[in-house]
Amino acid sequence: MRLYWIALAVAAVAAVFAPTVLYPVFLMKALCFALFACAFNLLLGYVGLLSFGHAAFFGFAAYATGHAAKVWGWNPEFAVLAGTAVATGLGLAFGALAIRRQGIYFAMITLALAQMVYFFSLQAPFTHGEDGIQAIPRGELFGLFDLRNTETMYFFVLAVFAGGLWLIWRTVHSPFGQVLKAIRENEQRAVSLGYKVDHYKLTAFVMSAALSGLAGSVKALVFQLASLTDVHWHTSGEVVLMTLLGGMGTVLGPVVGAFLVVTVQNYFATFGAWVTIIQGVIFVVVVLLFRRGIVGELNALWLRLRRRSVPAATTPPAAARPGVEPAAHEPPPRKRRVGEGS
Amino acid sequence: MFELIGIPPQALFGQLLLGLINGAFYAVLSLGLALIFGLLNIINFTHGAQYMMGAFVAWLMLRYAGIGYWPSLIVAPVVVAVVGIVIERLLLRRLYHLDHLYGLLLTFGLALIIEGTFRQIYGISGQPYAIPKELSGGYDLGFMFLPTYRAWVVLASLAACLGTWLLIEKTRLGAYLRAGTENATLVRAFGVNVPVMVTLTYGFGVALAAFAGVLAAPIYSVNPLMGSNLIIVVFAVVVIGGMGSILGSVITGYALGLIEGLTKVFYPEASSTVIFIIMAIVLLIKPAGLFGRAT
Amino acid sequence: MRLASGVLGAVFLLSAGPAAAQGISNDVVKLGVLNDQSGVYADLAGQGSVVAAQMAVEDFGGTVLGKTIQVVSADHQNKPDVGSSVANQWIDTEQVDAIVDVPTSSVALAIQEITRRKNVAHLNSTAATTDLTGKACSPTAVHYTYDTYALANGTGRALVQQGGDTWFFITADYAFGHNLEQNTAEAVKKAGGKVVGAVRAPFPNNDFSSFLLQAQASQAKVIGLANAGGDTINSIKQAREFGITQAGQRLAGLLVFLSDIHSLGLETTQGLTLTTGFYWDKDDETREWSKRWAERMNGRMPTMVQAGVYSVVMHYLNAIKAAGTDDAKTVVAKMKEMPINDFFAKNARIRQDGRMVHDMYLVQVKGPQESKGAWDYYNILRTIPGDEAFMPMEAGNCPLVQEAATKNGQPAGGAR
Repeated sequence: MRLYWIALAVAAVAAVFAPTVLYPVFLMKALCFALFACAFNLLLGYVGLLSFGHAAFFGFAAYATGHAAKVWGWNPEFAVLAGTAVATGLGLAFGALAIRRQGIYFAMITLALAQMVYFFSLQAPFTHGEDGIQAIPRGELFGLFDLRNTETMYFFVLAVFAGGLWLIWRTVHSPFGQVLKAIRENEQRAVSLGYKVDHYKLTAFVMSAALSGLAGSVKALVFQLASLTDVHWHTSGEVVLMTLLGGMGTVLGPVVGAFLVVTVQNYFATFGAWVTIIQGVIFVVVVLLFRRGIVGELNALWLRLRRRSVPAATTPPAAARPGVEPAAHEPPPRKRRVGEGS
Repeated sequence: MFELIGIPPQALFGQLLLGLINGAFYAVLSLGLALIFGLLNIINFTHGAQYMMGAFVAWLMLRYAGIGYWPSLIVAPVVVAVVGIVIERLLLRRLYHLDHLYGLLLTFGLALIIEGTFRQIYGISGQPYAIPKELSGGYDLGFMFLPTYRAWVVLASLAACLGTWLLIEKTRLGAYLRAGTENATLVRAFGVNVPVMVTLTYGFGVALAAFAGVLAAPIYSVNPLMGSNLIIVVFAVVVIGGMGSILGSVITGYALGLIEGLTKVFYPEASSTVIFIIMAIVLLIKPAGLFGRAT
Repeated sequence: MRLASGVLGAVFLLSAGPAAAQGISNDVVKLGVLNDQSGVYADLAGQGSVVAAQMAVEDFGGTVLGKTIQVVSADHQNKPDVGSSVANQWIDTEQVDAIVDVPTSSVALAIQEITRRKNVAHLNSTAATTDLTGKACSPTAVHYTYDTYALANGTGRALVQQGGDTWFFITADYAFGHNLEQNTAEAVKKAGGKVVGAVRAPFPNNDFSSFLLQAQASQAKVIGLANAGGDTINSIKQAREFGITQAGQRLAGLLVFLSDIHSLGLETTQGLTLTTGFYWDKDDETREWSKRWAERMNGRMPTMVQAGVYSVVMHYLNAIKAAGTDDAKTVVAKMKEMPINDFFAKNARIRQDGRMVHDMYLVQVKGPQESKGAWDYYNILRTIPGDEAFMPMEAGNCPLVQEAATKNGQPAGGAR
């Protein structure tokens, strides 16, 4: 796919020059949330598990990083690792409990568990409750790069983001990722094929948690603060929104979604409750009208155009080509019709 | 004086009674959720917002039309149910052929819209709503002072739960409903208008939420976010109970209210998390919930 | 020769010092009112604070040193990251010179760091934490209206003196609540009272009945509510419902604003004792200003923090005029030199740590019969002199003060 490489090159150039045009702190925030959304998407888009508690990993990792950097005086790289490690552990515990149920139950369980983390963060002394951990030092990366410099910080965030995205891309396109998709499409069949479904699910869950934690840790360094906002269930809702809007089950969708949502938040920050209302409206519109999300719809459109221009027989099926997400992803097809509907 | 782990038994009775009162709210709310889930297979994330709307409708009626508590107790749930029915007909209906998670996401979005709108209009600091004259005052039970209104809350919620249970278990409509929960297609083949039943069920579940909202209005402040934290606790209640039975959700609601009440005495720091901890334990032992059927 | 070089050195220092500090940067003085406009603090600060800041600018004449004064505002939603995004953007791209109001301790502390780093004034009226003038104090910041210590100390001490010498606390279980409880308990003990118990209520919480019952069982004369916002409102409401206030126990609100009383109603709150930094109906001057403010706010009456915003903005503008610059460090230093005398505070001053010290008032909420009309809510029981009301500077551990103390004995640095 030459087109993909061109797009990637354009994106890389854009990312390098973006801070000269756009406000760097805004970009860094968007990148952190983009990584968070991608990590979340690993679970929703590729395993079909909707977690409503991802804020716990994101926010608690931020606390861990903040504490390590500020109180213990750790270097940023170790502080970020500490945050990620804590999120991984948390993910293991949550995952072990939550994967016992599916669908709606899974969502509710993760939500409830995340709420526990929220209350813990509120009460534990090291998080400083409402005040949060303030003035977290950014320090010097590997003792070489001074992250107090906004530009250096930006490139650090960009590197972490790119690394995270690459990891997710590799995972999704590995045999492991194929098994995950198989579980999403038909869990029973995956079981009967001899896959230890629970192991796969748990591994994906832990990976997702770890990467969410990584995003949260970096965000703590960007804003130099870790606060309750990040562990609140609203953040869990936001990451769902980002993924849904951009397109779940696509690698780039969550990135697009995150940038859009963060832009909306930034732009409407001065209008109070309107941010909430707009987010609600986006949810409703996406769910009703374009469930594939922006990138998913674009992918579908692109495929349709290609199919029209190229004789169908010569095109391999979409799903078989690496790098292109099959367009038919969108509604995880385990539907169980209950009431009567149109 | 005889004491139980440092707490005089009288005080303990008082706390248990208070737990029961909180349990009353959990029970009514989780009952509504269970009903909706049973037939629509949708977790109604808007439930908290609809609970809040119930309280707000009561407050608005008092403020702008002078309509008092007693009419509100009927009218507010009906108004909110009508809004719910519109939501079901226009929006939820389009999602029944999809994964149920979409229903969850849609109702979550709706909850954000509703709560945001009320916040934008009425601010957040809460509106006062007085306890009706007939129910003010209270009884001195010796071990505690029981406000009449709290006693009324327990009675009203018990009545609502019992009424719903009778409706479902003892009437023809209820029989259809139960059958529809089991196998909608088959029920439809027998000539029952399932879509209408679905709509009405959603309306009824929502009305229960609004009813709880009106009950709550005089005790808690009427504010746009009153439902948003409560709903998560109710979710946990529902997970613990298992969505299998109507009765299960009611019993779990009251029981968890009691447990929470006890925690407030013995270890108040944990009283906001105890329900979630119980949830985790129940999941470990009985993943389908206490009253749920294993799937 | 030595003298000459000394003079030369001084001149050099002066010129090399804050060269940009002369005059007004960017030809405009911009005030950013950053507060909660949609959440729990929207009524007590919110739009009312923006209006107060605008009034101050208008009353000042709209210009200072020949440059226009502008007011912008934003909602930080009580989220520190939203607040710091807005503040950073204001400072970096819109040349905002002062950030005003900033409720919510977490956001205020974040703003404190940003304004310190970027040399922008932080005129805080609504945040409660004593840290702003304690370990997080900054040479560009002023904490104006109140803090947890002033409220806790005022109410705690005064109630003990009135005979309320046994206390039970219902404390919101997080840093802020613990802090408030601790401050109050210290004041109570110092005044000769006793704390008989405390219960940590989870936060946020709807139902306080259980905790109130425990408070009742303790038979303390005073129940201290170490919580804020919706929690306070609910606990007051339920104390009334459970007949606790009627039975003779007194409630002490440790962080209660006029707007809370308004939303709860007098029936519920009567008898509640609290400390405030301002009451609109105190004298002719306060009434005059408050009525002007009320005209723009649909007849609402200002809370202490809204009045504080007006006063601090006015003081800030006066200091710019006196200093001849809008350089934050210079202006704030000037603000500390100049005494404050207006409707809000008499003979007040700003300490070195940034704490504005003024008289506080112990008030009791009137009963419905006693109240003569809308917003007639408080009886002033006692004026608490500023020095008694606020935490002594030494106790705050503000690094600025310690620096100054170590330098003591040497002449103050010339260039500054």
